[in-house]
Amino acid sequence: MTVDRVSYTLDSTLETVNNAEETAGRMAAEAGFDDEEIMKISMAVREGAVNAVLHGNAYDPNKKVTLAFERTAHDLVIVVRDQGKGLDLSRIPDPLAPDNLMKTSGRGIFLIRSFMDVVEIHPSQTGTELRMIKHVRGNPADSKEAPQ
Amino acid sequence: MTMKSSTRQVDGVTIVDLSGRITLGEGSVVLRETVRDLLSKGQKKILLNLGDVNYIDSSGIGELVSAFTTSKNQGGELKLLNLTKKVHDLLQITKLYTVFDVKEDEAAGVKSFSK
Repeated sequence: MTVDRVSYTLDSTLETVNNAEETAGRMAAEAGFDDEEIMKISMAVREGAVNAVLHGNAYDPNKKVTLAFERTAHDLVIVVRDQGKGLDLSRIPDPLAPDNLMKTSGRGIFLIRSFMDVVEIHPSQTGTELRMIKHVRGNPADSKEAPQ
Repeated sequence: MTMKSSTRQVDGVTIVDLSGRITLGEGSVVLRETVRDLLSKGQKKILLNLGDVNYIDSSGIGELVSAFTTSKNQGGELKLLNLTKKVHDLLQITKLYTVFDVKEDEAAGVKSFSK
């Protein structure tokens, strides 16, 4: 049976990162994506979960990560939400810039944007919501990235 | 799920055979400690064999960059061997493929180090 919508509330731990990745891979497989797309989706979710656990909630045991999947007729919609201070979008580096190329971090959101069809980041004072969409069979009506 | 690391010596070059996942947490730590240990022992010609690394995340990419930079700063050389398609593609889209010295053949990789 295919679940159309499911949501998880998870602790701010490394185990959550691995669980999020595994769950995303399973959901993507159920949605009919091929192996390469499954890898991209699960990696995007892993990177989103890493940001939520490390940078958003900063491993705070009192803060949770919410992970939600929704399967629509055309899309797999994935939302990762943390309870941190809210991501400062102006401080997201361009990891391809020459000055940043050899930095050891700062590639997570870049990879998410590379692997998903639509990526929206909604920071607020009560946390950051990362919304990612992968078109099930490629929906040309949508742009690569939605305005934030 | 974990990463394994083993080392062997070929003509003065240390080949590090890695398998598993280089990701945030254990995998990244294993790589970091392996490279740090080699450099501290004066083994500064390092060929990282990634042929059995089936997954790497942004933290793992960062760890490869760190290993490369640390080796270089200590007068060493660190090269990559046998990239899987996944790792190859990741290094391409992050523009790191041309930064690393990537080898496809172990014997040629060993010979490529300065004597």
